[in-house]
Amino acid sequence: MDWQYFLEILFSGLTRGSIYALIALGYTMVYGIIELINFAHGEIYMLGAFTAFIVAGILGSMGYSAGAILIIGAFVAILWCVAYGYTIEKIAYKPLRGQSRLAPLISAIGMSIFLQNYVQLAQTAEFLRFPVRMPRLEFLDIFGGILRSTDFVILATSAVIMVCLSVFIRYTKLGKAMRATAQNRKMAMLLGIDADKIISLTFIIGSGLAALGGTLIATHTMQVGFGIGFIAGMKAFTAAVLGGIGSIPGAMVGGLVLGLAESFTTGYFAGDYEDVLAFVLLVLILIFRPSGIMGKAKVQKV
Amino acid sequence: MSKIVLKGVLTAFLGAVLTCGSAFAADTIKIGVPGAHSGELASYGLPTLNAVNLVVDEYNAKGGILGKQIEVIAFDDACKAEIATNAATKLISDGVVGIIGHICSPAGKAAMPLYNNAKIVAISGSITSPSMTLSGENPYFFRTVANDTASAVAGADYVINALQAKKVAILHDNSEYGKGYAEQAAENLKKSGSVEVVLFEAITPGAADYSSVIRKVRNVKAEVLMWGGYYPEASKLLSNMNSLDAVIPMIGPDGLKDQGFVELAGADAENVYASGPTDTSANPVSKYYAEKHQAKYGAAPGAFFDNGISAAIALLNAIEKAGTTDSAKIIDALHKEDVETAVGTIHFDEHGDAVGVGMSIYQIQNGQYVEMK
Repeated sequence: MDWQYFLEILFSGLTRGSIYALIALGYTMVYGIIELINFAHGEIYMLGAFTAFIVAGILGSMGYSAGAILIIGAFVAILWCVAYGYTIEKIAYKPLRGQSRLAPLISAIGMSIFLQNYVQLAQTAEFLRFPVRMPRLEFLDIFGGILRSTDFVILATSAVIMVCLSVFIRYTKLGKAMRATAQNRKMAMLLGIDADKIISLTFIIGSGLAALGGTLIATHTMQVGFGIGFIAGMKAFTAAVLGGIGSIPGAMVGGLVLGLAESFTTGYFAGDYEDVLAFVLLVLILIFRPSGIMGKAKVQKV
Repeated sequence: MSKIVLKGVLTAFLGAVLTCGSAFAADTIKIGVPGAHSGELASYGLPTLNAVNLVVDEYNAKGGILGKQIEVIAFDDACKAEIATNAATKLISDGVVGIIGHICSPAGKAAMPLYNNAKIVAISGSITSPSMTLSGENPYFFRTVANDTASAVAGADYVINALQAKKVAILHDNSEYGKGYAEQAAENLKKSGSVEVVLFEAITPGAADYSSVIRKVRNVKAEVLMWGGYYPEASKLLSNMNSLDAVIPMIGPDGLKDQGFVELAGADAENVYASGPTDTSANPVSKYYAEKHQAKYGAAPGAFFDNGISAAIALLNAIEKAGTTDSAKIIDALHKEDVETAVGTIHFDEHGDAVGVGMSIYQIQNGQYVEMK
């Protein structure tokens, strides 16, 4: 057994998985609260990458260092996408609240198509080169190529974010309100929780995470384009379902499981079957645990 | 009254045409030029017709070949298979010695059986479908344009001879274009016997990260990566190689020979190889006929003009060298005789593909494509 190679493939999978997880959190949180699959979420990821691209272009020409550009770029991308997420919810979903569940779903798909076309028309249909690369972290050289800076930064950022998010949901007042709204919106409202605010907050957090994911991946693949959100969104949605949609730890676990499954398929089998095996895994898990790895089976109230 | 006059004129005209026809019939060598000469595909067909006319004018001015003048018979097949068979029937009955055309693959595929039966040589300057020559069904078909496998053949050749790699990894994007290139390249590498294809895999286009597959490429100790696909994914693969310190030479099809690739991949694109059509703008024959074209038609030549020129020169040269219009001898001459054309000095291999035409390997150096000799 070649352990060095095994670890390399493991870290590739973890890196990929943590990006899936970051995006999947947005899907799962929104679903947990308003039972909507927010198909425009992948587009928020794309917008994040684009915003970071524009900021990086401006800062780059002003002579900032790569590290500073990435941090500021990510920060601006998060702010910008938070505004987008908040607005999308107000425009596309809130007026449809209380309608059949299909109405906001179609609205979400429409929003996704709109955003893609908007960026394609307002920016470009071409792929663009992201101007700065993730700086090389010298201290990682002791790992002998197993862990490179991109892996490290993506993994570390995701880990910190996930811990913070868990703490926020579990221990803060707002987190408690969120959980309450997720469990039973009407009851939560009766107890004085402003459900509208909580729903907005959910979109804000989800969009911020997607923007962060978009920025991180853009510095890694070095390219942005109007269409990058689609596949990323699909994979993240899969991860959310895999982990149990509506469950926050589930999205994290689901993302990592999907990323690892893909990476090991490529590493030890063939890249041709990456998607095939990943989705076979999804089907198998859903057969044996219909509500996902961490999802709770819903008791049908009659 | 007027009817009678018209009839008279018509009869006289027809008579003139008929006498002309019979008077020349014995003394001209007829070349058929079927192709799209009108309609939306005319821009592909007309340059070849112009090219043949220019070359024939040149030969006729020098006294023709085999002591006879050359006559061009054009037929508009609109690039349609059903019209192409009519064209072939008509041209064969006109007694053509050779065909320059057809222009499009479907038309050529439909017409070739007729030429094969009639034992008439057809040389196309624009049909790139590999099966036209490689299927072995068309012994009378030749072409002066590189076929669609040429890109992969040139790439594999460069990997074997210039890069002298022993272990090669091949990745593709599962598209018809990319996979076709990858399979052809793999076949040619294996045929050489000296190169081992250590990895042959598809990747998922659009994925956010290719580090797993790049780590795999590194793990199998590949010295060269051949990429069958378009440039956005190539750029991501290069970026991944770079951040993993796993940069090895990459070589790809003409999809990578695009300035957009250099812009997208930036510094990562440096030293990447791509195949592309050989630059013929400096070729003296090409230059000469481009000037003639400008003088006669008042415009720069269009698509496949150089290939058309070369097809005409190759055919006339072969007839001259054969010393007869017997097709077996013409074919023999096409295979054996090197001829100076607008796409370089060429002869034809056993399939009918021109040797010495087509693809070169380019390397990106300082953001520019530099042809590798």
